Amino acid sequence: MRRAWIVVWKDVLSECRSKESLNALVFFSLLLLFVFQFALGPERARVEAALPGLLWLGFILAGLLAFGRTFLVERENDCWEGLVLTPGDKSAIYLGKLAGNVLLMAVVEAVLLVLFAVFFSLDFTGVLPALSLVLALGTLGLAAVGTLFGAITAQLRARELLFPVLLLPAVVPVLLGSVSATQVVLSGQPFGDAAQWLKLLAAADLVYLVVGLLTFEFVLEG
Amino acid sequence: MAVRALGWLAGLALVAGLVTAFGYAPREAVQGNVQRIMYLHVPAVLTAYLAFGLVFLGSVGYLLTRRPGWDRLAMAAAEPGVIFTGITIASGSIWGKPTWGTWWTWDARLTSTAVLFLVYVGYLLLRGMIDEPDRRARAAAVVGILGAANIPIVHFSVKWWRALHQPATILGPGPSPIAAPIALTLFVNWIAFTLLLLYLLAKRTEIARLEDTHAG
Repeated sequence: MRRAWIVVWKDVLSECRSKESLNALVFFSLLLLFVFQFALGPERARVEAALPGLLWLGFILAGLLAFGRTFLVERENDCWEGLVLTPGDKSAIYLGKLAGNVLLMAVVEAVLLVLFAVFFSLDFTGVLPALSLVLALGTLGLAAVGTLFGAITAQLRARELLFPVLLLPAVVPVLLGSVSATQVVLSGQPFGDAAQWLKLLAAADLVYLVVGLLTFEFVLEG
Repeated sequence: MAVRALGWLAGLALVAGLVTAFGYAPREAVQGNVQRIMYLHVPAVLTAYLAFGLVFLGSVGYLLTRRPGWDRLAMAAAEPGVIFTGITIASGSIWGKPTWGTWWTWDARLTSTAVLFLVYVGYLLLRGMIDEPDRRARAAAVVGILGAANIPIVHFSVKWWRALHQPATILGPGPSPIAAPIALTLFVNWIAFTLLLLYLLAKRTEIARLEDTHAG
């Protein structure tokens, strides 16, 4: 557990100093918003009807960029060898990287929500607690698979191509569950209606986490 | 020798499957001859699931033992698995056009089968991009394990997604109480497809083994 924290700390520190991923991701989110606006046109009802899907489209597209980069930093200066040579359980590295990705996505999602609220003049304040729960469960699922597949594809030549091709079909359940739960939350239905989806998300998160923890050491070998 | 015998057996069974599907099974009352596609469709999807189960088995086996034989099993099962899933989707589509009036509909089963297809196409693409055998086997095994663990989650998510948004609008009468000749024909074709899968597996693992010994 302590070694997982060290990995998180190292990644957060280097991200704070370079702001490489975060800056690009925030601007990418802003660009996405423009694309959504151009695609849907000025009509407000259409934006509101498509909002749950748009939000998650934004998150998954930002996630594809963020998760795919998880292990790229480790390829410089032989950091990968350093990770492989770390004594003890390799799943701590997986947990650390996963936590780093979840943190990064939390920031991006917060920014994206604010941008949506400003540009489409929406008000999320009332549903914020429920929405945060859905976001947390959905993001954990995306990041659990994304971190694992990011490690697999980090060493490949065509990783930019292969990473989305592997990740997107695998996270279909997370996307369906998150979008449906977000729909329930945003439409003002009682939160209990989303219970089934939250359970599905929790189950999916658990399965992905367990598979990730068990198999990560085999991926890391290089 | 045993492999060759298996090949002949599979060939004979496929002929028997064709004969029963077109000669023995009765013409379905409501759907007519179109229903005979079922004798391709159902065995194909059952065989595909068996193949993906073997991918999972091979993947776990490789990670536990690191013996290349397990990886060859996973690879040899994934390829026909994708083909059989493709046959399932294509034959279902051809059946759907006259029966439902559309080539494709976002029905729960169609969608989850399509997702399954994409997952394992990704698996094969990944295999194609790594040259070093051990690294390829490990990476593929992880994707194979996650893909298999994902099958029930995909199934339920897609099922609920359809159920919550709109009730099933489709599905023709279907042969709900399956008549004995139809069931028997399905069974013969299912045996034939399973034999075919086993034959392909035996051939493919043999080729992969020869490749491995001559490459290194």
